[in-house]
Amino acid sequence: MKDIIDRIKTKYTISEVVEQRKNLSFVTVSKEQAISIITFLRDIEGFKHLVLLTAADWIENDKFQLTYLLNNPTEKIDLGVRVFISRENASMESAHHLWEQVATYQRELKEMFGIDFPDSPGVDKPFILEGWEDIPPYRRDFDTKQYSEDTYFPRPGRESNDPAEYMKKKLYPNE
Amino acid sequence: MKEDFKKRTVISPDGKPIEIDPVKDYFSDAKPKVYKPAHPVIEKFANWARANSLWVLGFGTGCGAIEMRPLMTPRFDAYRYGIQWRPTPRQSSVFVISGYLSVKTLKRVVRTYEQMQNPKFVIALGSCTINGGMYWDSYNTINRLDHYLPVDVYVAGCMPRPESLLTGFEELKKIIKEGRGEGANKYAENFDWYKANQKKIIKDWDMPDYNW
Amino acid sequence: MEFSIKNIGYALLTIFIVLNYGLILQGIIRKIGARVGRRYGIRWYQPYIDIIKNYAKRSTITHGVMFYIAPVFRLSGGIGLLLFMPVIFGSEIFSNFSFAGDLVLVLYFQFFGILGMALGAAESGHPYSAIGVSRGLSQVTSFELPLTLGVIAIAMQYQTLNITEIVAAQQGGFLNWTVITNPFAAAAMLIAFLGAMGRSPFDVVLAPQEIPIGPPTEFHSGLLGVLQLNRAIFPVAKLILFMNLLFGGATNWFELIVKTFFIYMWSVFVGVVYPRFRVDQSVRWFLTVPLIIGIIAIILIRF
Repeated sequence: MKDIIDRIKTKYTISEVVEQRKNLSFVTVSKEQAISIITFLRDIEGFKHLVLLTAADWIENDKFQLTYLLNNPTEKIDLGVRVFISRENASMESAHHLWEQVATYQRELKEMFGIDFPDSPGVDKPFILEGWEDIPPYRRDFDTKQYSEDTYFPRPGRESNDPAEYMKKKLYPNE
Repeated sequence: MKEDFKKRTVISPDGKPIEIDPVKDYFSDAKPKVYKPAHPVIEKFANWARANSLWVLGFGTGCGAIEMRPLMTPRFDAYRYGIQWRPTPRQSSVFVISGYLSVKTLKRVVRTYEQMQNPKFVIALGSCTINGGMYWDSYNTINRLDHYLPVDVYVAGCMPRPESLLTGFEELKKIIKEGRGEGANKYAENFDWYKANQKKIIKDWDMPDYNW
Repeated sequence: MEFSIKNIGYALLTIFIVLNYGLILQGIIRKIGARVGRRYGIRWYQPYIDIIKNYAKRSTITHGVMFYIAPVFRLSGGIGLLLFMPVIFGSEIFSNFSFAGDLVLVLYFQFFGILGMALGAAESGHPYSAIGVSRGLSQVTSFELPLTLGVIAIAMQYQTLNITEIVAAQQGGFLNWTVITNPFAAAAMLIAFLGAMGRSPFDVVLAPQEIPIGPPTEFHSGLLGVLQLNRAIFPVAKLILFMNLLFGGATNWFELIVKTFFIYMWSVFVGVVYPRFRVDQSVRWFLTVPLIIGIIAIILIRF
């Protein structure tokens, strides 16, 4: 694992390395170099399998974090490539030319986080939310409780009683 | 609205341009009618038959669908109560909403419900259909089913056991035999209210208002 | 055959008895199936309730004229098959409209219902209906070949096209039955019978769980009720046909019920053992073994 990261370092810059386990590490790279590093890992280092592409919303730092989790099936090791992109006009280079299924992940991210992937096939088509009009629901500034209350006719709550209090009142009303 | 459903002009095989409007051409948007019950004696007999021949639509909308399968097995055997499963909405009379409903599923549920023939009954299974259950604050699941479809019986629980569902069916039988199973007529009477509620949350409404 | 107003009454009586027998048979067979699966099963009168319920539905929608006519076609196929056969041998009441060439007409009525259904299903516009009908027509066409060869062999054996005379020739003990005297024709016909009953392994036409229920997907309310009536009458009519041709007919209703029940169990047993054939498999199968048996039957009769 260490020698792979060393080999990446000779060509690219890596800002942070987290070694989770012996066979799982995460590297943080810049937005410009990310696709190039992933291509390098796929073609030279044998990370042939893309496990997943996901995003996290770091609203405090005003950043989205994209994680490309790659797997090397011959050596049985995983490497996560982390990319931080800005939340304003979030956009990232598409990777659908490396693995076809990335286009589906990118469609989902576009819908759920509003991260744009220009040139990715079908990225603007609705994925699971049909006709969503609000801000993307997985962004942390989206108030899902408020939205649900405004939209879905919440049923007014019942009065609830503490069992001990309730039984006391019922059995010994005079005390 | 999808591209295929838009109104457009096409050249017919004999060279003349014709205008087609798929939503109008393929479906009807006639409003549902209120059907008056027949003479009480006939209606009582009909209700007995309806109660003893419940054809359930095989449409699992949520996690509760898994509770319907055991009913066919030797352990619970719902067939002995006259409950049978039917693969098409046209022929079935009971719609079991099994658990949470996302907005996307609700759209299909509304379409399916409208294809069923009067009299039709709805059993709402699980807490999710009553007040949203554990998905009460989700951005994508509805909270109260009775704002979108008339519901005859609620079965509470998360998830209710198959026994509870059987009790629900027995309750539905009682309701039908008493002549209170008029959900379809209720839907027709309050059609505008139900449609407004459905349209409030189903944003891409690419079907006619009533498509039987 | 002289026609009188009495015959209409007799025909209605036959239809009434056969309808009730068919419905009870349907219920009992399903009950037996449930008991085999260690379930309690439906009530034996459940088919009656289902029909009443379907007629009691308040709303009906239309897809066009043929959509209404198709169930009527299907039902007339079943009733036609029933009424042009002697149901009870030697009985004036239950011989109905059987005449000198009824065997040919009866063969035609086998095909009649599914043709009507094809028109109605096409009108309903449901894709599963179209799939079901195309499967049904190809399967019916393929099992019609061994069936017809068997029937021709029987007609050559007895030198007649009259079912009453064929039954008359088989009287006097089971050794005179066609199934003993002409085993090859009987084998070809009994195999074709499996296809005609539409039970597993040849139930790909209706194919529940796969294409919802094939041709009748869009039929509902009263229209489905008519189809259900036919589902009670048509199998019994076919059973009576096979009983007449192969098992010496029946001289009373009790004999008829016993014989038809056991003929029906033949298709039920096969259905329990074998899983569903795809339509190309069943067509290929009908055109090999049963067809060869049928041809052998013809050759044996001729020489």
